[in-house]
Amino acid sequence: MDIQILYKSGLIIVILLLSLVIAMYATLAERKIAGFFQDRLGPNRAGIFGLLQPVADGVKLFFKEEFMPATADKFLYILGPSLTMLIALLGSAVIPWGNTLTIGNNVFPLQVADVNIGVLYVFAVTSIGVYGIMIGGWSSNNKYALMGAVRAASQMISYELAMGMALIAIVMMSGSLSLHDIVAQQHGIHWNVWYQPIGFFVFVVCAFAETNRTPFDLPECDSELIGGYHTEYSSMKLGFYLFSEYINMFISSAMIASLYFGGYNFPFINELGMSHNWLTIVGMLVLFAKIGFFMFLFMWVRWTLPRFRYDQLMRFGWKVLLPLAIVNIVATGVIYELFKK
Amino acid sequence: MNQDSTKISLTNRSKVVSNKKMSFLESLYLPAIFKGMFVTMSHFFTKKATVQYPEVKRPVSDIYRGMHVLKRDEEGRERCTACGLCALSCPAEAITMIAKERLESEKHLYREEKYAAVYEINMLRCIYCGDCESACPKEAIFLTDRFVPSEVARGNFIYGKDVLLEPKDAPIDVSKRQTPEVLAFKKDKTQLHNK
Repeated sequence: MDIQILYKSGLIIVILLLSLVIAMYATLAERKIAGFFQDRLGPNRAGIFGLLQPVADGVKLFFKEEFMPATADKFLYILGPSLTMLIALLGSAVIPWGNTLTIGNNVFPLQVADVNIGVLYVFAVTSIGVYGIMIGGWSSNNKYALMGAVRAASQMISYELAMGMALIAIVMMSGSLSLHDIVAQQHGIHWNVWYQPIGFFVFVVCAFAETNRTPFDLPECDSELIGGYHTEYSSMKLGFYLFSEYINMFISSAMIASLYFGGYNFPFINELGMSHNWLTIVGMLVLFAKIGFFMFLFMWVRWTLPRFRYDQLMRFGWKVLLPLAIVNIVATGVIYELFKK
Repeated sequence: MNQDSTKISLTNRSKVVSNKKMSFLESLYLPAIFKGMFVTMSHFFTKKATVQYPEVKRPVSDIYRGMHVLKRDEEGRERCTACGLCALSCPAEAITMIAKERLESEKHLYREEKYAAVYEINMLRCIYCGDCESACPKEAIFLTDRFVPSEVARGNFIYGKDVLLEPKDAPIDVSKRQTPEVLAFKKDKTQLHNK
């Protein structure tokens, strides 16, 4: 029992560090990819291929002046970015990063907590995410920040609905709310995306909206709201907001990969004839490749599509995505009843 | 209706904007989005336009007008006689100088009896037109293909003789700008500056 507790603590630290490092290098990847899409090279001066750029950015943010508006609510002003960061990191707890490792008589699952309501947990955590933004925007005492925060709140709440509806179809198929079970059921190539293409589409679009990424970056809206909810933030508090966006992207990509693309499963998993532990390690690498692809997709879309107008955003969320998701649920139910496995 | 067809088209890519009702497929926006993503992806793999400046320099013309140089003659003496024609001809009023009389002991340093004790060009005012070079009767100032490097303080852009004067041991080649036409122009007595 003791070794399990030690193992879990170690796993938590590893995953925490991993999310931070991946988010760190996602900022570099974003800038590099943006450069490549725009026929430029992107940052390549700090270290080879610009690999030290995130470090330079971090140092720069730490040494920036810690500015706080005179009329800001001091407590909430600090709480905002802290909460955003905390919630962004919480989501990784239930994601199964791989199958189990068997060493001796001990079985080590590569998942921090196999909660039997894993999907619900992730949902609950992402819903709180709006508080960090709302608190930050409100406490800044600035109209642009407040407008950004209000936009963020209404946008995230609207798109959460459609996201939840898309998830219900998955839960109906798998009959479980545990992420471990959902992933385990997608063995080999039986990925949910083949059975739930509409649900997948709705989920991905909503994931874009939930992480405030283009074309749904209205809370930030640099050209209209001069940065939206983090207008008044500077130094590492701003860094926390920007950083948590990339962590959110990482967790969202992991969720998309787990729910629709089979998580650590890959085709011909049984034909390889490898031992269980090796399969787990390969599966984990496959999962990270999938996550990498979806993070690339996030960036690819960002540097392709322009921002929605606000009324278009609301209309799209409520009049297109939500009905589509509900129709998907009904269709899933009907087909499931007709062709019971 | 046909009047549009007579318009000159430069690229053949222009499209007449219309507010017609979108078809179902168009109203989904997805085909357009995938098309757009294909376009950006094709740019991902194209050759980048970036020139890695300090390591790679973009090729410039032989007679590029960049940073100035104050030339020395064959014996290493400064050619400038501080006549002030360059300052007079300068449309940006970037050049200032203080003249001084040459002492007997300085004959090996300065070619003419008068020389520029201080010679300054404000590189932020300079428009690199090359008029100073045309005006100079002593072939003392030339524009070269060197770039003016960036500075962090405004004052550093006022270049004195320490920067402008060509080093004795490393002469700067300006032969590309000394074409026969240029030399003929300099000796043309009908021009105002040679009268």
